[in-house]
Amino acid sequence: MTNQTTQRRPQQLEDSDVQQARNDTPNAIVAVRNGSVTYDLENRDAMVLDDVSIDLKRGEILGVVGESGSGKSMLANAMMDAVEEPGITTGSVRYYPESDGNPVNVLELSRGELQSVRWEEISMVFQGALSSFNPTMDIRGHFEETLTAHDYDVEAGMKRARQLLSDLHLDPDRILESYAHELSGGMSQRALIALSLILEPTVLLMDEPTAALDLLMQRSILSLLDDIKEKYELSILFITHDLPLVAGLADRLAILYAFEIAEVGPSEEIIGNSHHPYTRALLKAVPTLETPPASMEPIEGTAPNPAHTPAGCHYAPRCPLATDACRTETPPWDDVNPGHRTACFHPEKVPEAIRFDGGENGS
Amino acid sequence: MSDTESIDDDVVLSVEDVSVHFEPQQGFIDSLLSEPQTVRAVDGVSLDIAENDVLALVGESGCGKTTLGKTIIGAQRPTDGSVTYRNQDIWDAKDDQGDVVIPFGEVRRALQIIHQDPGASLNPNKKVITSLEAPLKRWEPEMNTEDRRARILALLERVGMVPPADYAHRFPHQLSGGEQQRVALVRALLMNPDVILADEAVSALDVSLRVETMDLLLELQKQFNTSFVFISHNLSNARYLAEEAGGRVAIMYLGEIVEIGAPEAVLNDPQHPYTKVLRWATADLDPSAEEMVDPPVRSIDVPDPVNPPAGCRFHTRCPEAREVCTNDTPELGATDQKTRCAACHRTDPDHEYWESNLLKGVETTNPSTADD
Repeated sequence: MTNQTTQRRPQQLEDSDVQQARNDTPNAIVAVRNGSVTYDLENRDAMVLDDVSIDLKRGEILGVVGESGSGKSMLANAMMDAVEEPGITTGSVRYYPESDGNPVNVLELSRGELQSVRWEEISMVFQGALSSFNPTMDIRGHFEETLTAHDYDVEAGMKRARQLLSDLHLDPDRILESYAHELSGGMSQRALIALSLILEPTVLLMDEPTAALDLLMQRSILSLLDDIKEKYELSILFITHDLPLVAGLADRLAILYAFEIAEVGPSEEIIGNSHHPYTRALLKAVPTLETPPASMEPIEGTAPNPAHTPAGCHYAPRCPLATDACRTETPPWDDVNPGHRTACFHPEKVPEAIRFDGGENGS
Repeated sequence: MSDTESIDDDVVLSVEDVSVHFEPQQGFIDSLLSEPQTVRAVDGVSLDIAENDVLALVGESGCGKTTLGKTIIGAQRPTDGSVTYRNQDIWDAKDDQGDVVIPFGEVRRALQIIHQDPGASLNPNKKVITSLEAPLKRWEPEMNTEDRRARILALLERVGMVPPADYAHRFPHQLSGGEQQRVALVRALLMNPDVILADEAVSALDVSLRVETMDLLLELQKQFNTSFVFISHNLSNARYLAEEAGGRVAIMYLGEIVEIGAPEAVLNDPQHPYTKVLRWATADLDPSAEEMVDPPVRSIDVPDPVNPPAGCRFHTRCPEAREVCTNDTPELGATDQKTRCAACHRTDPDHEYWESNLLKGVETTNPSTADD
């Protein structure tokens, strides 16, 4: 694996890296190739991210959808080389600061280099702002501390902070003087989003940023994100368990099941023309206001444990279409349409076998 | 709920004009210097729960839905108004006032609750069977151990925990979130309750488990003829339960019910602007038709419940607000089982609202008002 070689400057790429980088999508801003995260348990390895390859394109919002324990947070952590010990990240993560420039290999950066890439280039927002803020420091302190730590001009930075807070429908004067516990959940979460953007990053990784909030606040934040993305020229990776929430916001969706990507494609394709049994089962299991209650059904069985992931397709034990091949071999990528790929042995059978009418043609 | 004539005999619980106001504890100096900061969690709510009824209470956090739910099942004493269980005032029974026909203990048994976090509602040091035996020992002391265990095991099997004997001897941490919720449900059902309050009972579960759990609730509701009050911030879940059971959805805002009725009416044709906002907030699985539009509210944050706005409480955020809304409080109107009601001046075509001036900050050319 590339990241096990010795330290070297990220800009000086080896030939093999250049070769690999040429295979990345031209407009990718972050390209993950064969990303895996393993934890070495006593008797066996637990894989919490299994050979995931995905691009975040410049200027897009990519929604990553998975149930709890599907490895979606690991993907975000791996993209910032922030997987906690003793987890081991393998594969490669290439970040392209300029659209025509050379990539930075995130997994091979030194501590110092990583420090400046995080926050300044790639920023991250987690669920639960209360635990991200220091309870003994007011919000202004957080902005100033971040600016100072990264040698930014504090005065100009605070001007930007005020602008960001107003863009998120917050009153800068009130928020900056407050402590996190004095704000409502929706307010502190928005303040955290503003903080994550203070060093002008180009990539924003959001891990369930709205999960603890009310639906109305969630949707309001999402509609603000859409505006902010345009204004600050961001590329956003939005991780959630809530498929309907992100479906309207994301340009593309990636469905994660048991540490692997099951299907990826434009949002309309994933919702209206899915060719993966799990995606369809998930669509049917999620209550919405449109789908008739009779057509909703739960998914049978439970998701596998990382230490006992089934051989072959991870979804095979729960899949009504599983054959012997599914149970023994890893399914190949099948291109359903341009940009829409599904990891399934028999994608052509899926729409017929698992009917879902809740999307565009609600018949 | 098919016969409209016998509605009065049908009513299990009746809530009349209840209010719950909380006064936070203040220090001595504070109490001299400032007015008490009363939080009006619930304000003037009336509603009936019939036999076999399903009522879904929906609202943002802090709107008072949990407080109202607890008041409905007699777990929270209202500061004003009355709650009656089969014509017995619950709090009179508790205080032993007047002719108590139904003792408070009986009321408590008949009204049960399932909490949001099933893990926290079970004692981590006790096996499932021990937790489940406790209420039976308390309420049916004459029952012998064998009968008690048989009844518990039968119920565990009924909620799909098979083999029941295996589950009965586990500790809560050995159960998944969905299984813990089932144990909490069994504990409530053991009392043969008339009404169960399920407070956000499915929101902590994984998406793929929610429909399954709601189906279980509905199945048990039919089998045991239990009424459910289901609290949720999620309109989709509320609609699923209420529609399947033929029940009602009630929308709460800052301590008041602003719209109530059959889910089809309330959700497909919302009358109150706040219901429309919640409707907007509930995502559909239709990315093609749906561009991210701005929320149909003037402010995305909820006002402080300590000082709720005068007049219509929604007027500070309402995209349709006019001057009359700042001082004239709209009434919800009749609250029988069938009619849909909305507490908004716009539902009355003769109201002075239509002659009133728009509030500052409300856009004059609001496209959604054009066809109303």
